[in-house]
Amino acid sequence: MSVILYLVPIAVGLGLIGLVAFLWSMKSGQYEDLDGAASRALFDDDIKS
Amino acid sequence: MGSNLDLSLFVRHSDDGVAQLDLVVEGMKTPAAILDIEKAIGADPAVLSARVNYTSRRVSVEWRDGDYDPTRLVDLLDQLGYPAHPFQVNEQEERETRVSRYLLRCLGVAGFASMNIMLLSVSVWSGHVSGMGEETRDFLHWMSALIVLPAAAYAGRPFFASAWRALKGGGVNMDVPISLGICLALVMSIFETWHHAEHAYFDSAIMLIFFLLTGRYLDHAMRRKTRAVAANLAALRATSANLIAPSGEVICVPAESLKADDVILLRPGERVPADCVVLSGHSEVDDSLVTGETRWRQLGEGDLLHAGSVNYKGALRLRVLEGSSQSLVDEIERMIEAALTTKNAYLQLGDRAARLYAPVVHAAALTTAIGWYMAGATAHDAIITAIAVLIITCPCALALAVPAVQVVASGALFRSGVLLSSGDAIERLSEVDVVIFDKTGTLTLPQPALVNRSEIAPELVERAARLALSSHHPLARALSTLALLREPFDTVEEEPGEGVRTRLQGLDLRLGSAAFCEAQGAAEEAMARHPDGSLICLRHGDQAAVFVIEQALRPDAVACVQAIKALGLECRLLSGDRAASVEPVAQALGISNWRAGTKPADKIAALEALKAQGKRVLMVGDGINDAPALAAAHVAISPITGSDLAQAASDAVFLGEKLMPVLKAIEIARNARSLMRQNLGLAIVYNALAVPLAVAGFVTPLFAAAAMSGSSILVTVNALRASRLKEAKL
Repeated sequence: MSVILYLVPIAVGLGLIGLVAFLWSMKSGQYEDLDGAASRALFDDDIKS
Repeated sequence: MGSNLDLSLFVRHSDDGVAQLDLVVEGMKTPAAILDIEKAIGADPAVLSARVNYTSRRVSVEWRDGDYDPTRLVDLLDQLGYPAHPFQVNEQEERETRVSRYLLRCLGVAGFASMNIMLLSVSVWSGHVSGMGEETRDFLHWMSALIVLPAAAYAGRPFFASAWRALKGGGVNMDVPISLGICLALVMSIFETWHHAEHAYFDSAIMLIFFLLTGRYLDHAMRRKTRAVAANLAALRATSANLIAPSGEVICVPAESLKADDVILLRPGERVPADCVVLSGHSEVDDSLVTGETRWRQLGEGDLLHAGSVNYKGALRLRVLEGSSQSLVDEIERMIEAALTTKNAYLQLGDRAARLYAPVVHAAALTTAIGWYMAGATAHDAIITAIAVLIITCPCALALAVPAVQVVASGALFRSGVLLSSGDAIERLSEVDVVIFDKTGTLTLPQPALVNRSEIAPELVERAARLALSSHHPLARALSTLALLREPFDTVEEEPGEGVRTRLQGLDLRLGSAAFCEAQGAAEEAMARHPDGSLICLRHGDQAAVFVIEQALRPDAVACVQAIKALGLECRLLSGDRAASVEPVAQALGISNWRAGTKPADKIAALEALKAQGKRVLMVGDGINDAPALAAAHVAISPITGSDLAQAASDAVFLGEKLMPVLKAIEIARNARSLMRQNLGLAIVYNALAVPLAVAGFVTPLFAAAAMSGSSILVTVNALRASRLKEAKL
C-alpha cells in the first residue's frame, strides 16, 4: 500500500495544476466576454496567406 | 452627432500617457461585427488597441494621449452602421465586477478542493467495507485536512464575513448556521483524525461551501448581467446638449457636463437636458414626463423648463440653472426621501426562515448532547453526536432554496424584457393586490402616434409616411415610422412652418398644416373628435387626408389590464393629466377607479390610504411626478423611457412598446414565490428525516455527503421550473 504515499500527492498535484490554470485564465480576462470568445475562434484573419 | 462632439467627460487618462474610451455599440447583430469594428478602428496607427466585448456590446479603445481625436471614433462607427455612444463604467458596476471575480475565484478553489477530497473520501468509505489499515486511513484523513483547511479558509470567506456582519449587527442570517456548521465540522474532524478515529467530515464541509458558492455566484452573475444591460440602455438614451460656447460656436456635450449658467441651444424635437430658464425664443413644450400633462405648454422668455420636457415648436436659447435649485425637483426629491424613510426594510423569505431555523437547530444540537450524556454516553461521544446534528442540519438546501429560484426567475424576467434592480423585488412583486398605473408614457406610448390610421386609405398613409421621411418636424416622426418603403422621395421642398411637398404621378403631393394642404374642412371635423390631438394633413391632387397624432395607448394595454384583473388584482389609474384626457383612457381599459389631476402628494396620499387598508401596491409610472409614489409603493416598475428619477425609485424597468412585461413580471414572480415555498418545504422535509437519524447517532460522513448533496440538487432542479412559465395568452 505504500504506493499511495506518492500516488495521492501526485493526484493532488495534478489537481493543483488545474486550479492554477483556472486562476490564470481568470486573471487574463478569459471569462470577460464568453459570447465573443466563442466566435473569435472561428475568425481566420490571423492566417497569413 | 457631428464632429463638434465633446467627449472629454468620458475619456480616461492613465499615468503612462494612454487614453481610453469605452463605447456602447448598437447594431452588433452577428459576431462578424467584432472583426468589422476592431479592424476599422485598429487601421489608424495612432490607436493602440481596440477590443470589442460582444457579450456586453461594448468596445474599449486605447490610444496614446494627444495622437488621436476620439470624436473620429464615433463618426467612424456611425459610418460602419454601428451607432456608438460614449459610456462611463459606473462605480457600482465596477464593484459588482470585483465581487463577481472574487466569488468565481472562491468557487474555483472550492471546486478543486471538493473534487480532490472526493478522491480520498471514496477510498476511505470503501475502506470501511473492504477493510483498510488504520495507518492508511489516517494518511488519507491527514491528506484531506491538508487540502480542505486552506481551501475552506479561502473559499469560505464570503460566508464567514457575512455571518460576522450579521452577528455584529445583533441579527442572525442564513450564513450564521452555515459558518458554524463548517467550522465545527472542521474542528471536530481534526480532533477525530488526531485520535485515529474512523470518521471525519472534511468532505461535507468543503462540498457545502462549493454548493453554496455556486448558488451565490449564479445569483450574482444574473444580477450583473441585468445591470450591464440597464447601463447600456442608459448610455443609449443619454441626452446631449448643444452648448453655446463664449465664442458663439455650438458644441455637443453630454448633459452631465453642463454647469450652472451655461447657455444652450434647444432645437425643435430635442429633449431638455437640464433644468433651465428661457433666455430667448418662443415655443411649445411637452411636459408629460415631468407632470403627466399631455397638452403642450406655451412658453417664452423667462419661463422655467424642467429636464425631460420635449421642445416641439421653435428653437430656444436657455440658461442652465444650478442643480436642484428648482422648487419642483427639490420638492420631489424631499418626498422620495420621506417615502423611503417610512418604508420598512423588507425581510426576505430566506432570512425569515433563517431566524426561525438557527435557534431551533442549535437547541436541537444542545439537547442531543445533554440527552446522550444523561443517558450514560461519554462526554466525547455526546459532543460528537451533537456536532453531527449541526453538520447534517447545516442549511445547504435551505440556503439554496430561495436564491436558486431567484436566479432562474430573474433570467425568465430578463427574457420577457423586465430588468430587476433589487434582489427581493420578485418576492415583493408576488404579494401585490392592487396595481396603480400612471397614464402618460406608462399606459400610453412615450411618443405620440397616429391614432386614426384605420380611417385613411393605406396608399395615402404610405405616401404621407414616405414624404414624412424628409421632414424635420417633430410630429412627422410619428408618420415616418409607418413607411413601408424607407426611401425618401427624390426632390422634396420644405416650406418652413408650413410643410413639405414633392411631385408624384404628375401631381403636387403636400404634407403639412391644414392651410398648406387646403384641407381646413376635414381638419376642423377631426379636431372636434380629437380635441387633444395634433393634426397633419396630406393633399395629392383631389385626394386629401387628415392624420391625427395623439398619445396612443400601448398596443396591448387593454388585453394586459384585463389579464391583470383576471389574476385577481385590482387596477387603478392615477394621472397628473386633465380629466378630459384621462377618462377616455380609463373607459377604454375598463378601469372604473381613476383620478385625474393628481399632484405627487396626492399620489402618495392615495398610496398611504391603500396601505392603511392593508393592501400591497404595485406602482407603474414613468414621470418625475410619479417618482415619490414609486418610492413609497410596495414595489414599483417603470418603463425604460421613463425619467431617471422614476427609474431610480423603481425596483425594475421594462423594455419595449408593450405593457405585457408588467403582466409577465407579476406572473413570473407569483410562480417563483410558490416555488420558493415548495423549496423551503423540501428543505424542511429533508431536515425532518435527517435530524432524528443524527440525534440517534446513525450519521456517518458518507450519509452526510449523500443527504446534503441530494437535497441541494433536488432543490436546484425544482427551482429550474421557474423558467417554464406557460406562455401568457396575449
